[in-house]
Amino acid sequence: MKALCWEGAGRVRVESVPDPKILNPRDAIVRITSTAICGSDLHLYDGFIPTMAEGDILGHEFMGEVVELGHEVTSLGVGDRVVVPFSISCGNCFFCEKDLWALCDNSNPNAGMAEMMNGFSASGLFGYSHLYGGYAGGQAEAVRVPFADVGPLKVPDDMPDEKVLFLSDILPTAYMAAENGNIQPGDTVAIWGAGPVGLLAIRCASLLGAERVIAIDRYPNRLRLAREAKAEAVDYRAVAEVTETLKEMTGGLGPDVCIDCVGLESYGHSLDAFYDYAKTSLFLATDRTHALRQAIVACRKGGTVSIPGVYGGLLDKFPLGMAFAKGLTFKMGQTHVQRYMKPLLERIRKGEIDPTFVITHRMRLDDAADGYAQFKLHQDECIKIVLKP
Amino acid sequence: MTTTLTPGSPAARYREIEETRGEASDVNVGEGERLACGIGGAALALYGIRRDDWGGAALALLGGALLYRGVTGHSEMYEALNVSTAGKSRAGWSRDVHRGLKVQKTVTVNRSPEECYRFWRDFENLPRFMRHLESVQVLDGNRSRWTARAPLGTVSWDAAIINDVPDELIAWRSLEGADVDNAGSVRFRPAPGNRGTTVTVELNYEPPAGRLGVTIAKLFGEEPEQQVREDLRRFKQVMEAGEVATVQGQPSYHGRD
Repeated sequence: MKALCWEGAGRVRVESVPDPKILNPRDAIVRITSTAICGSDLHLYDGFIPTMAEGDILGHEFMGEVVELGHEVTSLGVGDRVVVPFSISCGNCFFCEKDLWALCDNSNPNAGMAEMMNGFSASGLFGYSHLYGGYAGGQAEAVRVPFADVGPLKVPDDMPDEKVLFLSDILPTAYMAAENGNIQPGDTVAIWGAGPVGLLAIRCASLLGAERVIAIDRYPNRLRLAREAKAEAVDYRAVAEVTETLKEMTGGLGPDVCIDCVGLESYGHSLDAFYDYAKTSLFLATDRTHALRQAIVACRKGGTVSIPGVYGGLLDKFPLGMAFAKGLTFKMGQTHVQRYMKPLLERIRKGEIDPTFVITHRMRLDDAADGYAQFKLHQDECIKIVLKP
Repeated sequence: MTTTLTPGSPAARYREIEETRGEASDVNVGEGERLACGIGGAALALYGIRRDDWGGAALALLGGALLYRGVTGHSEMYEALNVSTAGKSRAGWSRDVHRGLKVQKTVTVNRSPEECYRFWRDFENLPRFMRHLESVQVLDGNRSRWTARAPLGTVSWDAAIINDVPDELIAWRSLEGADVDNAGSVRFRPAPGNRGTTVTVELNYEPPAGRLGVTIAKLFGEEPEQQVREDLRRFKQVMEAGEVATVQGQPSYHGRD
């Protein structure tokens, strides 16, 4: 089959690889009908995530048709149309039973490696480095799905791929980001990064009762979509100081909830942003933390900082003293996708949210390498690419 | 400063572990690395100071940081990452000529003590999660023959159960004539808060003099603690998920012409 393979930092290519096989009794093989490139795939593309190996198949947002099942899977049938959550979870451990699917104890074959890095291992992930299990991803014609009896969600035939594809990652991620913000009626929510997750988080924040949503980005097309989603848009290059602007916009209080949809490759034009850039370039630091710092500075006293953006290592110049002084609450972590898939499918069906507005490009899987470059460089106003094998 | 701790209390136990590990010092950078940091740092700092511009100031600062690391042998980053290049820390196991080798590891399994005990008590199940074992053959109610993989073929020995308390404890030891005199036990205790079972494994190896290195390495490779931890992780996976997570045999692209 054909699959998009990682060949080193900045290099991906569609190659011919062997077809996936059933390896465990709870596996399924899914023939991919639609898959997407995620912003977090760019962290791999840029070489920010360690333990990638040449030839690894990428992709963790995908859906398709079940073509083969391991003998323990009775909840699915061959021919079922399914969306697959990006985190791989057993459904039996303490964490899965607590609805903390992304923290599954039993799905990472390289848990020992993850323990060395983080003290503990979280769940395995599709196509996201060997630290997260080294599972082959879904930017391919087919994929092996472990624990297929608990992960994949059957979707109704009358809903097109594009409406439900993002249940695999970015819609639940945006929803959990908003939920983690503990939004109260009347709250103002500020969102750093108006990429696909940020844009969907605007909608989710409104669904959860936010009175105002403010989006912070620098790309005109993203800011335009943010406005269309009923957010107020701040171009951080056009204002002197983002945190001051937010303070002014909120009557001196600061936003009640601050959501960092940027993660470890933050850009900025302040002194601390250049400092991060220099340190990570020299391998003296692992993460660029500019957006998160701003979120902490901006957040109102007693507010909540929600972090769906990915961080990988040790943060430098992290204003914990300020966070403490303001009594902030932090909520973060990989999305517990399985927790949100069904309710969000219902919301899509009822028309409460339509995630297709973030799609700007549709391509063939064969052109995926061009897609990565285009997405990375924001060419042609690229925000979200859907690939068809 | 010395404080008196109640013998057997968690604090006393912790102190004991810390002392055994001999990690009271802050040094976590290896000798070679310290030397390199010291010399490189000093050179960088001097060069930076002599450049007399902003770039030079940055280099001087960086050099100073490296020099500090070289002199003190302490790296904040290593500490935060729990890494040390100043000699390996080996919590959880100890090796000394008189006592042989001892490993103890604990895991919590989201199944009842009865289920865990029953699965373990059938020794023929052990190779499903103990990777170094090729097979365990039960000879009669009490005795079994263990066969382990080794780099050059296999190693075999007979073992007998020396203690068996249903749902609580199984202990075994090798019989006369084993290459490696070994004993092991596994204890199953209900985990607090209905979280299943706390499973603690303890293994002891007392090889005949002179064969320590060779035979132990044959059985366990370089990191016995890691082996036992991985075995217990697989036990948990088998008990909870019914299978061991794997990616062996999945596609990737490796052929490049």
